[in-house]
Amino acid sequence: MSTTLTPVLTAHWDDEDSFTIDGYERHGGYKAMRSAFDMTREDLVQTVKDAGLRGRGGAGFPTGMKWGFLPPDDGGPRYLVVNADESEPGTCKDIPLMMANPHSLVEGVIITCFAIGSDHAFIYVRGEVLHVVRRLQQAVKEAYDKGYLGRDILGTGFDLDVVVHSGAGAYICGEETALLDSLEGYRGQPRLKPPFPAVAGLYARPTVVNNVESIASVPAIIDHGYDWFASMGTEKSKGFGIFSLSGHVTIPGQYEAPLGITLRELLDMAGGMRGGKRLKFWTPGGSSTPLFTDEHLDVPLDFESVGAAGSMLGTRALQLFDETTCVVRAALRWTEFYAHESCGKCTPCREGTYWMRETLKRLEGGTGTKEDLDTLLDTCDNILGRAFCALGDGAVSPITSSIQYFRDEYIEHVERGACPFDPAASTLWGANA
Amino acid sequence: MSFEPEVRARLDADAKEIIGRYPKARSALLPLLHLCQSEEGYVSQDGVMFCAEHLGIAPAEVTAVVSFYTMYKRRPVGEYHVGVCTNTLCAVMGGDQILADVKEHLGVGDDEVTDDGKVSVEHIECNAACDFAPVMTVNWEFFDNMTPETAKRLVDDLRVGADVKPTRGPESLCTWKQASRVLAGFNDGRADQGTQAGEPSLVGLKLARERGWTAPEANGEGGTTQ
Repeated sequence: MSTTLTPVLTAHWDDEDSFTIDGYERHGGYKAMRSAFDMTREDLVQTVKDAGLRGRGGAGFPTGMKWGFLPPDDGGPRYLVVNADESEPGTCKDIPLMMANPHSLVEGVIITCFAIGSDHAFIYVRGEVLHVVRRLQQAVKEAYDKGYLGRDILGTGFDLDVVVHSGAGAYICGEETALLDSLEGYRGQPRLKPPFPAVAGLYARPTVVNNVESIASVPAIIDHGYDWFASMGTEKSKGFGIFSLSGHVTIPGQYEAPLGITLRELLDMAGGMRGGKRLKFWTPGGSSTPLFTDEHLDVPLDFESVGAAGSMLGTRALQLFDETTCVVRAALRWTEFYAHESCGKCTPCREGTYWMRETLKRLEGGTGTKEDLDTLLDTCDNILGRAFCALGDGAVSPITSSIQYFRDEYIEHVERGACPFDPAASTLWGANA
Repeated sequence: MSFEPEVRARLDADAKEIIGRYPKARSALLPLLHLCQSEEGYVSQDGVMFCAEHLGIAPAEVTAVVSFYTMYKRRPVGEYHVGVCTNTLCAVMGGDQILADVKEHLGVGDDEVTDDGKVSVEHIECNAACDFAPVMTVNWEFFDNMTPETAKRLVDDLRVGADVKPTRGPESLCTWKQASRVLAGFNDGRADQGTQAGEPSLVGLKLARERGWTAPEANGEGGTTQ
């Protein structure tokens, strides 16, 4: 039996008023919140643990376990911070989710805060998505107006304030400790861990930082039960997730499916590669996850299988490139991105991404040498595992994986003294030109 | 030069409201800087001083933050600030050509403003809309599936003040300053306008409906992985 799609988070996005509280409640929205208020905090945390929900922001850390790491109450504040700073290249699931159904996130925030004993939550949304910011602001206001936020929510004695906080353009703020620094009003640079945010996060208080999709999945788990959630997906990668297909595919877009679905299955649903061309390379979960090729079409897209095949599930951001695309150009462009976004805190990443960019520019432009490939790999070696945070590790992924699978193409640039590809052929309008 | 007294009084009231959202005042710095941009279009030295005074921190600390984040501008941008995504996927899908063509068409370089002050252009990084590539933004509203032709028409319309509607956004564009005010946390009442989801956001759902695919009922069948 092959895998089918399982719309849960996306199930009502085609209602014109899906983003309003009326639209959300028409389909049972905020029912889970009421159920949660009848549960104990411990039971709520245990339910999310038993569901097997793992963080949907890339790293895949078990969400319930993250909640469980908070120290016992000491009477002081504790915080939930939602990471809505979706910026990993290729990742485009949280933005449509918050545009079409921000209330699933707000309800998840309420349940999560009740579970962890927090009375103040922040949604840190990237600033470059103005209409999403509006939708979030309105959803939070609607929840206040209904008495789902504020003082003594529905007579439970539980208080909760939610603030929508717009970022200001910095990829690094998707890193959870950089995000906390940014939210405290500083330059967004990562912190040394430990202490982890669970112990000393926002204002050095116990803090849970979760991705949008993780939090938005919580109401469904409370509504339908942990066993329902765990009935989907694979043994260690349970549940559903939004898979985002982009690039040279016939029908790009969002496909919500159980973890463990394959790209072959998704590609079949998406009408195959456009113009019947061959899939050349793809990212399983954003640009920080090593490239795959058409040899990897049958790798189950779950945390374990993608890891075993040499990459990472990441954010399920499947960017597909066909045979018209120069892989050296792609690697260069991603490297330019990392060099631009490196926060400058640690030397390997700050200096390394600069030099990788310079070397790749030479190679792509046809003025590089075969030795440049060794220099590149050597630079990668000096970043991977030596950078302060995951940005540096991510920066080497496109380079090492593209050299692994397409070394000949790099060499061809050197030998021809030029790029052998025509960029016009890869464009949206150049498909069959 | 500093803010006129009536401007200052208005901004002071806004700043107080922003600071009141946070357990610690310094957290208000990012929204305060968006507020400054909503007044002047960029963060001037007056804006830096304003934030420093409200938060009781040194101006240099404010400047250090301003310079870290790309959305804060130290010089005026156009009334309509255009972004063209040239991260890998959009670049490959045509973003590189769009950016080059738009700049040539307007006669401006990166981060430059047209002589009439209407339009400025910036290359932007991945804006989380890859299934709509190539993507552009104007004052941070989405313009999806662009081509060099539609991009040039868009900037022409912006310059002459013609009606322009984002692909996924409100019925019409607001100005750069108005957009900055929303980012400072002051909703403009336009959340109800525009589509709830673009076509690519719905393709999986549509296919599931066509084929009768659903998530399993609680304790039921469906949604299996082989």
